[in-house]
Amino acid sequence: MSRMQSIRQVSGLIISLLLLALPVQAQSPEQKGLEIAKERKARDRGWGDSRAEASMILRTASGQQIERKMRMLSLEMQDDGDKGLTIFDQPADVKGTAFLNYSHAIEPDDQWMYLPALKRVKRISSRNKSGPFMGSEFAFEDLSSFEVEKYRYKYLRDDKINSLNSFVVEQTPAYEHSGYTKMIVWIDKEHYRAHKIEYYDRKGSLLKTLTMHDFELYLDKYWRPMKLSMVNNQNRKSTDLITHELQFRTGLDENDFNQSTLRRVR
Amino acid sequence: MKRTLVTLCLLASFTALADTQTYLKAAIEQRFYFQDALYPQQHNSDISVFVEPELYYSWNQGTGSINIKPFVRYDSRDSERTHWDLRELVWMQIGDEWEMRAGISKVFWGQTESQHLVDVINQTDFVEAIDGEDKLGQPMVQFSLIKDWGTLSAFALPYFRERTFAGADGRFRSPIAIDTDNPLYESDDEEKNLDWALRYFQYFGDVEIGLSYFDGTNREPDFIPQPGEDGMSLRPYYGQMQQTGLDMLAIAGGTLYKLEAIYRQTTDEDFYALTAGFEHTSVGVLNSPYDIGWLMEYQYDERGEQATSLGQNDVMLGSRIVFNDIDGTEVLIAYVQDLDETSSRSGFIEASSRISNNWKWRVDGWFFSSDTQDEPTYLLRRDDYIQFSLEYYF
Repeated sequence: MSRMQSIRQVSGLIISLLLLALPVQAQSPEQKGLEIAKERKARDRGWGDSRAEASMILRTASGQQIERKMRMLSLEMQDDGDKGLTIFDQPADVKGTAFLNYSHAIEPDDQWMYLPALKRVKRISSRNKSGPFMGSEFAFEDLSSFEVEKYRYKYLRDDKINSLNSFVVEQTPAYEHSGYTKMIVWIDKEHYRAHKIEYYDRKGSLLKTLTMHDFELYLDKYWRPMKLSMVNNQNRKSTDLITHELQFRTGLDENDFNQSTLRRVR
Repeated sequence: MKRTLVTLCLLASFTALADTQTYLKAAIEQRFYFQDALYPQQHNSDISVFVEPELYYSWNQGTGSINIKPFVRYDSRDSERTHWDLRELVWMQIGDEWEMRAGISKVFWGQTESQHLVDVINQTDFVEAIDGEDKLGQPMVQFSLIKDWGTLSAFALPYFRERTFAGADGRFRSPIAIDTDNPLYESDDEEKNLDWALRYFQYFGDVEIGLSYFDGTNREPDFIPQPGEDGMSLRPYYGQMQQTGLDMLAIAGGTLYKLEAIYRQTTDEDFYALTAGFEHTSVGVLNSPYDIGWLMEYQYDERGEQATSLGQNDVMLGSRIVFNDIDGTEVLIAYVQDLDETSSRSGFIEASSRISNNWKWRVDGWFFSSDTQDEPTYLLRRDDYIQFSLEYYF
């Protein structure tokens, strides 16, 4: 009897030990990738709203270079993707054209373009996520806000990027109509900032490489790269997205992100 | 002293929050007509220039603003096409959930591409282009409430603008001259009839719905033949109308479904008309950076051949090709077929691309064909043209 009891006790002990050990053993690369993504998002919560002045420098393979200027208003949403309003200032023929975006995690984004000459707001089919933004090497989906649910994750390895210890995570789009089969993202371990993203096309070959530069700290908490550099590895074109000025908590709210404001924004 | 300081601070903050923006669009356009003109006064080519500056001034962080946008065109052939207009001269005040405009302005309603049935606030500046997309400035007072349940706008339109028509030297005209100097009105107040309109618009994710009601002077004239010293002329007759409009857009996959339907009541007749169709866009066609959009729209008008609009039982097929290049090159090709009269059809091509930051080229071409005399297209059967434009933006 006592022997039976001791066996039970021992087996109970083994089971509890096993249970204790399980979480460590069972943190699969997928789980670790997801944890990193959650931490990345958590560290970026609470910025509220922002206004930015930015330029896109578009370069062709032959070195032809052209500048686009724009202003971007952004609003952080708690249970949904962020809202964004972009006003184009250059080239002159699109001056006054504005773009409104409600990003969502899994559902396609809601997007509208305002054409000032016609005073017309046109809905855009955002299934065209993989389409280029303003003729640049950035696709619409590259500029949409980062939401945890957007991807499936897989932690690959540790690496160093810009001499910082970092995680390398594979992200597979969980939403439909992406132009990518996967992305490889380098995230530094200290601040969970993405430093480099490789985009792989539908055939699985490297399509584009995005690198982030000149990080600055806002509100003592939020890191923002002042320069995003996207290089197309297949056609050798590139686009730099440069932020000249960035302000947070400027008092924007949802009333600043609707079709009426899109129509009158300057 | 203290007061001056406060005033200075206020002034400083006021000017800091004020903003002035200027825009300019100008172009030189050369048209060539493919066939010899129908009437002896007409020409086979035409050169024309226009300038459209715009000044925007806002204060108090943009809650108040004024926009001024005059337009002037000179046409080498048609004195009626040489004209100017105040496209905008409007004061706007905005609050958190409302906006108010007073002055001369432009409003667009609707969703479809091939014609704009619902869009009745502004008069068409018909001498500008045959597609009717150019509009004259409309005097108005507008008040809109922007709420969670939708946007509700009310318009009071105190002054009517007459449609512009080509003169004897111009193309796109009827054999009998239109006497634009002597219009007729149903309303005793003539052009000073107070028109009014209401519009409700709401967005439900993948569906957008607009409902509108207009009561006032019909923007589309009828024509009354009248004998005169120089022979017959047509006097435009602007009746009264009440129009209820519905416009809808729905997104399913990569396709936009569009609908516009109207019910118009005039003294002589009541009728329905609609435009319905879709636009489907494919991105990165054949592994290229090009986007190709396919458009198809059906146009119906209950009045049949008596319709004043071109589309009474017609189908428009179109394709929009966006090159996604640095120069923003785009091509739009469309073809409209009358389903009752197989000989009646028209088509157009629009292509444009940037030359530099400030310059752009554009090519527009139209062709018209009809063997049937009572078709509106028949009047244009010899007016096929191609136009080259050099545009300047600042």
